[in-house]
Amino acid sequence: MRVALVDGGGTNIGSVSYALERLGATSRLTADPGDILAADRVILPGVGAAGAGMRRLRELGLVDVLHQVEAPLLGVCLGMQLLFERSAEDGGVETLGLVPGEVRGIPPRPGVRVPHMGWNSLVDLVEDPLLTGIEEGERAYFVHSYAAPSGASTLAATEHGGRWSAVVRSGRRWGAQFHPERSSALGARFLRNFLHEVEG
Amino acid sequence: MTLARRIIPCLDVRAGRVVKGTRFRDHRDMGDIVELAQRYAASGADELVFYDITASPEGRGVDVGWVERVARSIDIPFCVAGGIRSVATARAVLHAGADKVSVNTPATQRPELVGELAEAFGVQCVVVGVDSLRDEDGQWRIRQFTGSPDATRALEVTTLDWVRRVVDLGAGEVVLNCMGSDGVRDGYDLEQLAAVREVCPVPLVASGGAGAPAHFVDVFREADVDGALAATVFHDGSIPIPALKRTLAQAGVEVRLDASPTPTQEAS
Repeated sequence: MRVALVDGGGTNIGSVSYALERLGATSRLTADPGDILAADRVILPGVGAAGAGMRRLRELGLVDVLHQVEAPLLGVCLGMQLLFERSAEDGGVETLGLVPGEVRGIPPRPGVRVPHMGWNSLVDLVEDPLLTGIEEGERAYFVHSYAAPSGASTLAATEHGGRWSAVVRSGRRWGAQFHPERSSALGARFLRNFLHEVEG
Repeated sequence: MTLARRIIPCLDVRAGRVVKGTRFRDHRDMGDIVELAQRYAASGADELVFYDITASPEGRGVDVGWVERVARSIDIPFCVAGGIRSVATARAVLHAGADKVSVNTPATQRPELVGELAEAFGVQCVVVGVDSLRDEDGQWRIRQFTGSPDATRALEVTTLDWVRRVVDLGAGEVVLNCMGSDGVRDGYDLEQLAAVREVCPVPLVASGGAGAPAHFVDVFREADVDGALAATVFHDGSIPIPALKRTLAQAGVEVRLDASPTPTQEAS
């Protein structure tokens, strides 16, 4: 199986490829359109800010390429946020528009620390191949200050001063707000599902 | 709230090995860094902090070789502290696979560093460690160069002002090391942590003083911190993490109990 890790300049790219290695899968870090379009699975990782993330994808000519991907596509953390239509980060950024909806800042208030950092529960699970074997209430590792409110595309939510999307899907595009590569057994299961349970 | 309070073992690293002892002398070799990291991950630690004690005093940066080895072998987040003085060093450490970097003395020397790191990597990667001690006038003030007793210097700025400042500059998390309770095993400094909590809107991690499971219950309940860091009680086995998690859960503290088998079993 050819797994393309889109090189959008994020700092968690290494961690994602190591997690795939632990599952016995090899991935190729690439910004080459041919590699990305030929892959059986495409992962868009990313840590950082939406403005810089989109700028980099535009500079690399990858915005159209990501629209053309027909294989299952998974955005992780910022990579998931970029799948939506807009993000409020950096004064408002137009993002890829592959999943309907918008990303907003999590409003801090007493007891609700921002960034949302740590192990939180996945709730309101919807049946999907990507969530095979994952139970309501299991915890995943989150670290982010912006988030997409839970909505029609949400497959799993998490609670942090509001209900936010933890996993989303629109057609053959999926996204995880948490970090599967740092989410212990749940994360490994999730990535294995993306490789083997989601139809290619 | 469903977000779990975090239990964070801290490991001192010297030349790629985990060591124990006072920070700059009498180091005892505790073992291979990957082996210990995996053992902690499997026992239910929520996150690990590696404090590179080779880096700081000798003016060197962090050797990223061990950072990459750790990143490959564990599936929980980890933070690297010690020796990070610039965006370039931080980038090397984060690219090697660390999830966060922690700065302490360099931030006191050049506070702009905190903003530069946040701008380059996002606030979620930037932890500021604060060493704090109560002075005779009753005020908590920060210290720098705390790795070596002879080099430690007290600064004018109060701990509360410093925490406000680093959060404004872009700290995404604060680790407050209460030096007065550190090493005494008599419990975390609840008064100081609660005072800092009041001015800290980002995650706050308590450090210094853990000696018994009840101390963890107290620090989460009384000081409302997001995480509790400890070293000795975990390394010497006097507080096993699974038992600590059960104690916390019974006391009504939200924790992650679903500790998993180690990921190495799946490696091919």
